[in-house]
Amino acid sequence: MKPAAFDYIRAESLEEALAALAQHGAEARVIAGGQSLLPMLNMRLARPQVIVDIMRLDALRPLRREGNTIVVPAGVRQAELLAWPELAARLPLVAAALPHLGHTQTRSRGTVCGSAAHADPSAEIPLCLVALGGEIHLRSRRKARRVAAADFFTGMMATDKADDEMIEAVTFPMAQPGSGFAFTEFSRRHGDFAIVGCAARVTADRIELTVCGVADRPERRAWPALSGSALDDALNAFAWELDAREDLHASARLRRDLVRSLGRAVIKEAASCV
Amino acid sequence: MRAERMTWTGQSLPRVEDASLLTGRGRFIDDLGVRPGTLEAAILRAPHAHADILAIDIAAASRMPGVVAVITGRDVAALTTPMVAGLKVKVQNWPIAVDRVRYVGEPVAIVVAADRYRAEDALDAIAVDYRPLPASMDPIASLAAEAPTLHPTAGSNLVSDRHFSYGDPEGAFAAADRVFEIAIRYPRNTGAPMETFGIVAEYDPHEGVYDILANFQGPFSIHTVLARALKVPGNKLRMRMPPDSGGSFGVKQGVAPYALLIAVASRIAGRPVKWIEDRLEHLVGAVAATNRVTTLKAAVTSDGRITALDYDQVEDCGAYPRAPEPATLYRMHGNMSGAYAIDNIAIRNRVVLTNKAPTGLVRGFGGPQVYFALERLIHRIAVGLGLDPLDVIRRNLITAGAFPYRTATGALYDSGDYGAAVALAIGDGRLADLRERQAAARRAGRSYGIGFTAVVEPSVSNMGYITTVLSAEERAKAGPKNGAQASATVAIDPTGSVSVTASSTPQGQGHRTVLAQVVADVFGLQPQEIRVVCELDTGKDAWSIASGNYSSRFAAAVAGAAHIAAGRLKDRLAEVAASQFQARAADIVFAGGKIAVKGESGASAPFGRIAGLTHWSPGLLPDGIEQTIRETAFWTPPELTAPDGADHVNSSLCHGFIFDMCGVEVDRVSGRVRIDRYVTAHDCGRVLHPGMVDGQIRGGFAQALGATFLEELAYAEDGAFLTGTFADYLLPTATEVPDIEVLHMESPSPFTPLGAKGVGEGNCMSTPVCIANAVADALGVADITLPLTPARVAALAADPEPAPPAGAARPQARAGDRTLRGEGSAFVAAPRAEVWATLLDADALASLIPGCHGVRKLSPTHFTAEVTLGIGPVKGRYTAEVKLSDLDAPSAATLSGSVTGALGSGGGSGRITLDDAEGGTRITYVYEAAVGGKVASIGGRLLDGAARAIIGQFFAALARHASPKRPGLLARVRALLKGGRS
Repeated sequence: MKPAAFDYIRAESLEEALAALAQHGAEARVIAGGQSLLPMLNMRLARPQVIVDIMRLDALRPLRREGNTIVVPAGVRQAELLAWPELAARLPLVAAALPHLGHTQTRSRGTVCGSAAHADPSAEIPLCLVALGGEIHLRSRRKARRVAAADFFTGMMATDKADDEMIEAVTFPMAQPGSGFAFTEFSRRHGDFAIVGCAARVTADRIELTVCGVADRPERRAWPALSGSALDDALNAFAWELDAREDLHASARLRRDLVRSLGRAVIKEAASCV
Repeated sequence: MRAERMTWTGQSLPRVEDASLLTGRGRFIDDLGVRPGTLEAAILRAPHAHADILAIDIAAASRMPGVVAVITGRDVAALTTPMVAGLKVKVQNWPIAVDRVRYVGEPVAIVVAADRYRAEDALDAIAVDYRPLPASMDPIASLAAEAPTLHPTAGSNLVSDRHFSYGDPEGAFAAADRVFEIAIRYPRNTGAPMETFGIVAEYDPHEGVYDILANFQGPFSIHTVLARALKVPGNKLRMRMPPDSGGSFGVKQGVAPYALLIAVASRIAGRPVKWIEDRLEHLVGAVAATNRVTTLKAAVTSDGRITALDYDQVEDCGAYPRAPEPATLYRMHGNMSGAYAIDNIAIRNRVVLTNKAPTGLVRGFGGPQVYFALERLIHRIAVGLGLDPLDVIRRNLITAGAFPYRTATGALYDSGDYGAAVALAIGDGRLADLRERQAAARRAGRSYGIGFTAVVEPSVSNMGYITTVLSAEERAKAGPKNGAQASATVAIDPTGSVSVTASSTPQGQGHRTVLAQVVADVFGLQPQEIRVVCELDTGKDAWSIASGNYSSRFAAAVAGAAHIAAGRLKDRLAEVAASQFQARAADIVFAGGKIAVKGESGASAPFGRIAGLTHWSPGLLPDGIEQTIRETAFWTPPELTAPDGADHVNSSLCHGFIFDMCGVEVDRVSGRVRIDRYVTAHDCGRVLHPGMVDGQIRGGFAQALGATFLEELAYAEDGAFLTGTFADYLLPTATEVPDIEVLHMESPSPFTPLGAKGVGEGNCMSTPVCIANAVADALGVADITLPLTPARVAALAADPEPAPPAGAARPQARAGDRTLRGEGSAFVAAPRAEVWATLLDADALASLIPGCHGVRKLSPTHFTAEVTLGIGPVKGRYTAEVKLSDLDAPSAATLSGSVTGALGSGGGSGRITLDDAEGGTRITYVYEAAVGGKVASIGGRLLDGAARAIIGQFFAALARHASPKRPGLLARVRALLKGGRS
């Protein structure tokens, strides 16, 4: 379990990192916390020729507030975001979801943007980005652009990012008065990838539910303020629409059941926080 | 048992092992350093469950920088003989595939290089030409005459079939009021130690000696197997064990075949060779516990008394019946009636081979398989008769006055009071509390169940039990095998300090601490004055075939041997002291670091002064005392006799008792099982170190939780291995392990020097079935299969699922296999004839396959190519073979293909249908694909998505190719593809 040979570039500037990506394209990979990439390198599932380390770049940290959003640049580790004193007030959904993301050890290395770039369909950060209507800031030597999270995640570990682009930051819209948030997930062990993860945002006249772990990417649905059997029907329709996967860890039926039951639970909890 | 008072033995002293382990100073095999010039090995492993090896091309790999040798099965076969096995069948047990692979992960070639990186680089350059064969994965299906046969020389996958009858089972069943039956499938799991296998081997061509340093745990009967395979006498195979081990749980026995491979590699390379197994290698090919299919019947009176049992056990030993298998099946042979007095037992034992990794020692070793059947059946009997399961257990327990108790199948249970242990567990209001919790939960509409289990835990294996697999005639021919030789050496140096070594190979259990306690008590010294070294070296230590660390034999056998050795030295030192003090040896006492004459005015001297005399002044030793420098004691219990002519076997020396009781609550929607309260009562004879016994019980419980809820070495129907990482083979962590209540009683064993019995494995036997009984009680269901995954439990509890909304398509039911299936459609803005022409043009078709290059056309509809496939960062290069068939121009065609590469192999086929549509052609497709090899083992959750992405890319490319001149088409097609469900 040793990686194939690769060149390692510890970028001293954003320009240097982008130049490397421009030069090597699909043969280059950005490394930040390395929590997903390193195992893949060691198992030789991934064999990039060039690894571009961006963790020395001051430009990619720290997290900051910009208008009504929180900007989390690519150098910010998950543990840093979790430790941010204002997290629960500004991003209550993220505050609820982050403790489920791996373990203390992996969060102290893994980055927020790295999780977005990896785009695992069960991961909590992509779920939160889609649930909150966040954005992904992409940059290449050619241009900088912003993509809505809902458009960025295109499938199983697949994103809208071009080979010469890197994620510079992600932004989360801050919680506004009148909105309630809740998160829950079901996994086989604490810290495992979610079999089903659910995030709810509820306002007086609107219910939004985002689900990860079921389809190939986080999926969001919005309804007017429903309750009772109308909500049950909406959740049931959503559960079926997701075309749940069947794998070693859970059946499709269990995933649909969890969308229905956890979905109802988070919506109820979020409504109580409005 | 000696009567002297024990000061230290029985106390929870701090472990001498812990300081170095907790400060990062452990000396594990990978930390020890190697001789300059040592090379490193990497192993190429089979991607197929069953395939003929047509050719292995090592030329390119051999030329790579740093590569010293590339070794194949034929090279190994030229220098060795097949490993000897316990079964007399015509199967060649090679440690590496020779001409055929029989399980995914089987070694196929070894690269020896300057370092592991370069060795792994060279693995990718070895080209193996396989001809895949159908795999036989299911043990029952593998019994069938038409099943693919793994070893044609054996004629069948059924390599052993024995019938046993004890007492009069037929009569008892005929006379029974009721007969109950259970059929279970016990899953494959393993011990998963933190430290994987490690070996450093060197061959001395001048003396013809193999020197192997390995984190092997025993049994050292395997040393004999290895020496014979290496074609050297035992004294030319020196095996050494490192000082510390990162855990074993039995599986380090499985390092043996790799020791052979690395030994041969060092001989071929002419230099020392080191190999450290990685986690994927470990999970795919190290050692699995046997998966077993058991049908068990009980003849029962109407009040719940069991009069007979009838077992039909089909043991799946994987691809090779590798020594010591089929020991998992026979280790429990004396204990098939468990804790119960049942006089009539029929057993049919079959051993079957399947295309899975070979099995071997895993903590519990046969116990979990037997007790899951027996104790589930007890629960079923209780439900069937309307009795309390606890009453059925108590009604059948062996009574306290019956010990030593001879079971129907031949075990001699040494001591115990099972009824008292049950009373201990349920006493102090514990059972009443459980019942109250259950009643409260059920009143609130929750699903709460209570489980009970009574288990006899065998320890100190009889080396002869495995011969029970042979018929009495075969045994007579081979000569009787029996016993359990244990040995320990106590030595005194010139300063009069005491050193101890023992023929065990501790895997973290604290042997050094306990041996110091035991010997300190004999000599009246402090434990910290005794230095214990446990790094077995077969070149110079005392050992025998039973040596090693397995069958929970340390406390009962090895510590006892140390006690005997120290006692003999003490007796001689008493003679020396008596002659020095002009006293009688009988009046000499050892206490407080002194040797003294009993009584007020008695003379005394420091222990070291008398003890060292033998070095400094041997002339002062009294007549008859040759030396007091070193004493080695060998101990084997007379009770461990060879199996008799009627197949009775005392398979183990000691028999502890466990009674477990638990309450669980089941979430009917998520299938989550919460352990509300767990009580485990143990009688392991005399407790030498309460803290360590507690640790063994809690560790066993944690491991059992893994077996109960999480762990399974899973294979697909086609033989692909699916759980190659800890993301798919799940182990319990601290978060998943609740606190338990451990209770003790002590019924010392009359058969062991210290009265101790083994204790390490019991909860692996009792806990899975105790929880299963509780879940069955909670849900009111009869059939429970492990592991109890949320989906499985939820399915047991499930109400009918809400239907999909009207108009929505219900996804097609997917079978439990790992075949990827999908369907979809795409629109191409080109006439149907043009699309058809593209499909039929091999060059054009190849250009549509993502990452395809280097096309070689074999016929107009058949070509091979090199392809690079991937999803996200996961990319691999493959050789692809693509065929078009069932052509129905210009409407439909079947496209089939296979790919092979370093990451694994895959194959599939799809039917493509073309229909005219407005402005172009609509393509619809259905496909099936299966993926095997490494990528299936470690990336299972990716595969579905990968297949969809690649197929999507193919049709996107088809659309682009068919009408290349239209700008923006690709984006449109992609948008359309998203609409197709795949």
